[in-house]
Amino acid sequence: MTDLVADAVRLTLGGRRVLDDVSFAFRPGRVTALLGANGAGKSSLLACLAALRRPDRGAVRLGGTDVQALDRWVRARAIGLLPQAADVHWDIDVQTLVGLGRFAHRGRWGESQADRDAVAAALAATDMTGFATRGVERLSGGERGRALLARVLAGEPDWLLADEPLASLDPAHQLDVLARLRGVAGSGRGVVLVLHDLHLAARVADDAVLLKDGRVVASGAADDVLTAPAIAEAYGIDVEIGRTPQGHRYILPVAR
Amino acid sequence: MKRLTIGLIVALLLAACLSVAAGKVWVPLDAWTVEDPRSIIIVELRLPRTVLAMLVGAALGLSGAVMQGYLRNPLADPGLFGVSSGAAFGAVLALYFGYAAQLWLLPGFALTGAGIAMALLALIAGRSGSLILFTLGGMILTSIAGSLTALAISLAPTPFVSSQIVVWLMGALTDRSWDDVKVAAPLIGIGMALLAMTARSLDALTLGEAAARSMGVDPVRLQRLVIAGIALTVGASVASAGIIGFVGLMVPHLVRPLAGNRPSAILLPSALGGAVLLTMADSLVRLAPTVSELRLGIAMSMLGGPFFLYLLLAMRRRLA
Repeated sequence: MTDLVADAVRLTLGGRRVLDDVSFAFRPGRVTALLGANGAGKSSLLACLAALRRPDRGAVRLGGTDVQALDRWVRARAIGLLPQAADVHWDIDVQTLVGLGRFAHRGRWGESQADRDAVAAALAATDMTGFATRGVERLSGGERGRALLARVLAGEPDWLLADEPLASLDPAHQLDVLARLRGVAGSGRGVVLVLHDLHLAARVADDAVLLKDGRVVASGAADDVLTAPAIAEAYGIDVEIGRTPQGHRYILPVAR
Repeated sequence: MKRLTIGLIVALLLAACLSVAAGKVWVPLDAWTVEDPRSIIIVELRLPRTVLAMLVGAALGLSGAVMQGYLRNPLADPGLFGVSSGAAFGAVLALYFGYAAQLWLLPGFALTGAGIAMALLALIAGRSGSLILFTLGGMILTSIAGSLTALAISLAPTPFVSSQIVVWLMGALTDRSWDDVKVAAPLIGIGMALLAMTARSLDALTLGEAAARSMGVDPVRLQRLVIAGIALTVGASVASAGIIGFVGLMVPHLVRPLAGNRPSAILLPSALGGAVLLTMADSLVRLAPTVSELRLGIAMSMLGGPFFLYLLLAMRRRLA
């Protein structure tokens, strides 16, 4: 599997330069966190990676090919996106919702055994099997978030891009989902997460890209990126970085 | 799912039988032979009218289901697109200039109106595939076509023409012939085929525009299919029956409890259900003991207004 490469990406939205000369090689088998204050360009970068936005200059390449030039079905099978908005516009049941994850795989005439297996595995992975026949309008916010994550997992993409996948989850399911995303990376696929929570980022990320005003402040291995000076520059806060006795890294904001 | 489809087909056959039988004159079955002059009532009047009711009902039901799925709004209706008002304005122009005497001119004008409205909508929405531009563009076209129609009525050369326009706008299937079927059937057929091609993309849109695009939906292609499909189905329906509202709004709601909420699952039942509803309604307006026949468009509006209110109240209960 090849890298997903942002190469000198520049993006202007409504006259504002939201990404400026952003370069990073996202690597398969690793969890990469996109970090930065509100408006730093995290979601815009994710949108460029998913080919939802076309950079004005530079490009995002997958295996050397511009993602914009990929056939839309090939791209949909390679790159799965979990947007931040938890939109489900019709009250469909969870199984149908997760089945939509097979959208780019399905032939014209219904679902295959592989489709059914992938949906069942995604339901199990997100602890949603018991909710399979429940309508989405009768789910809590966190259950809905997990069902939507299951939708992306069911597509078995090489790259899983997620915008704030932990935002509506309780701590127990945050840890579950983090473990699940780590498992996806562990199977050799790439995971890119927009996170606003430094603490969770420190916990899950192998690599990190720290953005400020559309530019990269620091990028590389998460331990090297998440330093007090870099965080001070990107977020304007002082943090205390340490390790728990069990060896988990933590980042604690102490002052601004 | 299969049972619902079969049930609707059976209902449609029953509605068709009712429609062929319904009218001021009872024609017994043994009078259906060519020798009996009463057979003309069946073959030349009631059969084409029944076929047209089924076609128009299916077109409106399907286009309503596609509209609601595409705009992800349960209150959407094909009338929102400006296509039906554009078609109506075209037909009104034909009546205004007295062209309606020739058989092909009124449908021709109506289809041209629908086509122009469609082209304008495509221009307004541009290449963005954006739903907001699309919806607002449709609303603007609807109001422009509506005001031009009102202008034509007010400037009509004779009171007869203005009353002719007003009556036509109410929508009906009275006195339609096989020629009307010949105009409408191919256009509605092609339009319905285009709309059927949107089915899977509509399912993906359930998750919002960004997710749908990442799943492989091409929003521009989808929008073109929807615009062309609605223009053909709704344009041809208005050309042959005038404006018949609410079918596209009501039918998808009636089938959802039986077929589920997945947008693609309600397309076929909505087409069949629309055909059943309109064929039944068109039979009932003929059977109603009124002096002159109740206009179908008015009958549907009288059903549709309260139905709309019921929908809103149901939504309010759910939000409360």
